[in-house]
Amino acid sequence: MIATAIKAVKQTFLIVSLILLSWSQSMAAGGHSDEGFQPGAFIMDHIADSYEWHITTIGEKHVSIPLPVILYSEEKGFDVFLSSKFHHGHDAYNGYEIAHEGDLKGKIVYQNEVGEWVRPWDISITKNVTALFISMLILLWVFISVANAYKRRPGQAPTGLQNMLEPLILFIRDDVAKSSIGEKKYERFMPYLLTIFFVIFLNNLMGLIPFFPGGANVTGNIAVTLIFALITFVITSLNGNRNYWGHIFWPPVPHALKPLMIPIEIIGVFIKPFVLMVRLFANITAGHIIMLGFFSLIFIFGAMSPAAGYGVSVVTILFTVFMSFLELLVAFIQAYVFTFLSALYIGMAVEEAHH
Amino acid sequence: MINPDFGLLFWTLVSFSIVVFILGKFAWKPIMKSLKDREYEIENAIQSAKQAKVEMEQLQASNEKILLEAKSEREQLMKEAREVKETIIKDAKSQAAVEADKMLKTAKESIETEKAAAISDIKKQVTELSILIAEKILVKELGNQEDQKKYIDSLLKDINAN
Repeated sequence: MIATAIKAVKQTFLIVSLILLSWSQSMAAGGHSDEGFQPGAFIMDHIADSYEWHITTIGEKHVSIPLPVILYSEEKGFDVFLSSKFHHGHDAYNGYEIAHEGDLKGKIVYQNEVGEWVRPWDISITKNVTALFISMLILLWVFISVANAYKRRPGQAPTGLQNMLEPLILFIRDDVAKSSIGEKKYERFMPYLLTIFFVIFLNNLMGLIPFFPGGANVTGNIAVTLIFALITFVITSLNGNRNYWGHIFWPPVPHALKPLMIPIEIIGVFIKPFVLMVRLFANITAGHIIMLGFFSLIFIFGAMSPAAGYGVSVVTILFTVFMSFLELLVAFIQAYVFTFLSALYIGMAVEEAHH
Repeated sequence: MINPDFGLLFWTLVSFSIVVFILGKFAWKPIMKSLKDREYEIENAIQSAKQAKVEMEQLQASNEKILLEAKSEREQLMKEAREVKETIIKDAKSQAAVEADKMLKTAKESIETEKAAAISDIKKQVTELSILIAEKILVKELGNQEDQKKYIDSLLKDINAN
């Protein structure tokens, strides 16, 4: 029993190490420029969104999946084309090019009549959008097949995928929704809570996989977390009852404190979703940055001497394996925390007066 | 990094909304319903199992009661049967004795009757014989009237004496 467990741990360790090694190699090309290796640029490059899905670089040749670019500007109208037209950012296409520096670095820009470089309305299917779509398709496929399993075997013990996901579904229902919103009203919010939990959890996990279709920093992108937090905010506000708004605009405190408390309560309404947004974004991005930081060490030392680079790589792999396990935990915890706090806010909004 | 991209905002909102809608309709609804149904079924099954156990116990208790009753009834029946047997035997014995007495009595009576009949018959025969003898004697002795008279008288005396 113990021997098997140790063997399993050893195997996992080996596999994770190999994956991370391949990741570090594929990344090595990213941060190189004329001035040598720049860890900051290297890290930012990997956690940022991009118009193509870079898979690996063999020698000087970039292997990447071109993604559709969809643009609209008043001057040029609609433009839809593949990002391969930019040739990895080296060429311009139809007046559009990828900015190489400044505030808009990495974004598609064009020169308007006055000669300023500005962004068009850009709804391109970027790397993050693609990863998001892939995760959404996986979720649809997984949960519709699980739902069919429930329909096919009513009242029977769950099996396979259904068995794997049922504890999570029950966990969200019993320990998140029921305990925060209450037995009477939780059912209305279950579709949102379950979806947000599994979307965040799956994207967190996919972010840990260093190669296609993972590796995109979806839940570590502020736009994604902003939308998730915004939806929680909208649901909370739309479902807020008299009691909830009463507590905000006329809190039950002595009159002398009211001028202080009312602004605090009103700000609190917006701080709650804002904190949701920042927490998820910061945690996931931080995880990616730490991993990339460890890999950067290899190249920083490698630039001094190849031997130091190889030596540090051993330590780096050990640390990143450890971090990977930690990030697995974080992936679950952050999905749980987001869902739990959303449920808590919704619960506060629908709570009946109890005094 | 902290400037949200319009494109990503747009696609996140669109795709997330679609996924919430589709999963809500085709996954969460049937899953939540199945879970609820199953929990209800399990609850029911446990309840009915408990009830069945109680019923079983009751059944067992009543079975034992029935068994005890049957035993006591059997004993009662046996006792009664024994009593009946004894009564029958006793009755039979007494009746047999009475019958025997009766038969004896009848036999005695019939013997007496037969005896009486036989005696009277003998008497009759004797009388007839006597008369016959007497006739014969009379026929022989009728010569002497005096003697005859004396003789008849003595005869009559004898008869009366008898």
